Amino acid sequence: MLEHYLSLLTKSIFVENMALAFFLGMCSFLAVSKKVETAIGLGAAVIFVLAVCVPLNQLIIVSLLKEGALVWISPEFATVDLTFLSYLVQIGTIAAVVQVVEMTVDRYAPALYNALGVFLPLIAVNCAILGASLFMEQREYSLGEAAVFGVGSGIGWALAIVALAALREKMRYSNVPEGLRGLGIAFILTGLMAIGFLAFSGIQL
Amino acid sequence: MDKQTKGVLFDPLFNNNPIALQVLGICSALAVTTKLETALVMSIALTTVTAFSNLAISSIRNYIPSSIRIIVQLTIIASLVIMTDQVLKAFVYDVSKQMSVYVGLIITNCIVMGRAEAYAMANKPGISFLDGIGNGLGYSMVLLVVAFFRELFGSGKLFGVELFKTVNDGGWYTTNGLMVMSPSAFFLIGGMIWVIRVYKPSQQEKE
Repeated sequence: MLEHYLSLLTKSIFVENMALAFFLGMCSFLAVSKKVETAIGLGAAVIFVLAVCVPLNQLIIVSLLKEGALVWISPEFATVDLTFLSYLVQIGTIAAVVQVVEMTVDRYAPALYNALGVFLPLIAVNCAILGASLFMEQREYSLGEAAVFGVGSGIGWALAIVALAALREKMRYSNVPEGLRGLGIAFILTGLMAIGFLAFSGIQL
Repeated sequence: MDKQTKGVLFDPLFNNNPIALQVLGICSALAVTTKLETALVMSIALTTVTAFSNLAISSIRNYIPSSIRIIVQLTIIASLVIMTDQVLKAFVYDVSKQMSVYVGLIITNCIVMGRAEAYAMANKPGISFLDGIGNGLGYSMVLLVVAFFRELFGSGKLFGVELFKTVNDGGWYTTNGLMVMSPSAFFLIGGMIWVIRVYKPSQQEKE
């Protein structure tokens, strides 16, 4: 059992990296990767939100939305299938969790709150969070698997953004053609990193 | 067509492209571009959602309290995406299966949110609708160009019709394996940004 979880964790960090294999969370990935420090802050916040949201969404889908999930209220609901609502419900959960996290961090760790600044609320619209939730729904993970998958994809995303930020800090000293400077070269760098991560594909643990 | 309408519709294509200049909505742009067919369906879906979310948000813009506007916008967008998803499942089921989670991810596509926040909240419904279509077109253009190269060189086909006979089928064309893998999309978009910025130096970034 433990082996299964460990393999899922490694898989979600390296083989199926949210940013480099599925292109999720790209907007903030490219916009916030100019400095290593901010990249680490955002990465940590994403890990936390993913670790909370994915299992929470799993619970909601299985116990409220799935066909027959509402039997506990009354047997008449055995044929009710609310899965078409799942997008709306999942984005609602994510927005709510981000809001709660924001308030908690503000209350108990004001230093961290100031360091993260505007990135904290922006996590709500980070595609990596919703993407991980949707993958979880599609692959029908159990609660334990969902928790491991959430943490794993968070770590993978954070790893990728910190690595890209480190590369971009070094890029300042190189002579890039004018039209490519900034965004263009960031795309090409990400592409090269994605090739690097391709080396992990096919690994079965 | 008067000048303002024209600007709103066509500026996002080259002058102010949502992907190449504003760095919005890249997530889904890359994943669905291995085939022209999926790219086209995705473009149509996103353009529709952007246009109608702009229309809806703009028509109630004066009644949305600013403190909860993000949630209101997300709810409207999510409802539109659910509708789009159901339509796709009903009429083009195979394509919708291939696009897997990326249809749902239109909700968090920054182009939709970005236009709602930046344009629809401050303009009249009619012109906001056109702005949504314009930005959808800008996004579609990048998507279709990337998909064109990836499908043509990756599998020798366009819209599933074979143009280059591949070696595996006894033809002459050796497929470029890189093109069907994810990194090629980054290189192609990077290259596109380069080309656009060489012709429009005002978009270059100074560091």
